[in-house]
Amino acid sequence: MPGVTTARQSSSVVVEIGGLPIALHCDNPAFTRLVKERYTGYVGNSRQAAFDFDIEVGSPSENSGDEDVSVKWNSGCWLMERGDFRAEFNPATARGRIQQTVNPYSLDSVLRIVHTLLLARKGGFLIHASSAIRNGRAFLFPGVSGAGKTTIARLAPPDAALLTDEISYVIPQDGAYFAVGTPFFGELAHVGQNLRSPIECVYLLAKGPENKIEPVARAEAVRGLLANILFFARDPEFVKLVFDAAFDFAGRVPIRRLTFVPDARVWELIR
Amino acid sequence: MSDKPYVARSTMIAARALGNETMVMSATDSTLFTLDEVATVIWEAADGATPLEEIVREKVCGQYDVPLEVALKDAQTLVEQLAGHGLLLLSDRPIVQSSGSPQVNP
Repeated sequence: MPGVTTARQSSSVVVEIGGLPIALHCDNPAFTRLVKERYTGYVGNSRQAAFDFDIEVGSPSENSGDEDVSVKWNSGCWLMERGDFRAEFNPATARGRIQQTVNPYSLDSVLRIVHTLLLARKGGFLIHASSAIRNGRAFLFPGVSGAGKTTIARLAPPDAALLTDEISYVIPQDGAYFAVGTPFFGELAHVGQNLRSPIECVYLLAKGPENKIEPVARAEAVRGLLANILFFARDPEFVKLVFDAAFDFAGRVPIRRLTFVPDARVWELIR
Repeated sequence: MSDKPYVARSTMIAARALGNETMVMSATDSTLFTLDEVATVIWEAADGATPLEEIVREKVCGQYDVPLEVALKDAQTLVEQLAGHGLLLLSDRPIVQSSGSPQVNP
């Protein structure tokens, strides 16, 4: 018996952060355009993405994105949930599904979680830190909200390429650790440059009456890292992977304390 | 004396010794704890089979000049705090650690 089937046109965009192309498919072209604009500089041309996500855009939830995010491993899938999105992701099939509001920043959160989960297996991590490249070397500035991440980024001289003022992407490669630009921004509201460089030094931020760099003991360095690394998943294996990565990183990359006054002269110390 | 003298490290943690300290992270809420030198001694000896009093007598009083009664009281406070955060397990019987969840011997 003849029948009629209808198909909704699906539009796609590939967002490539840290060299990892993730294809996002959505039957809402307006949302896809929004995503392309949001991730300008990170929209890839990869015909074959490493991961595929189908996005279903729904009505805004009564819940806001201020709730705590929940990330759980269940029956071979990661389940991610917050007031403004619900997503699942199967690493074995490299496919996932996202239900979210039209707000592209909900997708931001999902991508941060997905990259955190995938990076853990590679010995990398995402960290609350601004970062920049100068003279071919990357510098990271971890800190909690108010520590000065955006301030130090805003003060960066023209020869510094800003990777992010909020979430830095750290990945091991060829025996070194690299910082990679991200589209995840903070108060600066500016997408980072899509570049990568080996990390020269990490500066734990502190505000003070003068600019100075001081050594920190390894234990303090590790604490400073762990306090700022993104841990979304309440999963022992995942936590151990990231915990071990932080220790390895602290053993390979110099970590110091940077006390600074908020003016551009601080960058005279960062070369 | 505690009615739960056996102590074992939880499997729901990540831990690393660094110098005389040990950093322990809870896998359930990512909270980081730093154990000092004496706490590290107790942590490392918490195998589920050795009673806390024996750990304190052999490992703590054997290395540090402190009366057993005082050290044991402090140790009990410590293990109860760590157990409250899910880092240690306390039991009135020896605890067998398997690859999965820890089990209490019948």
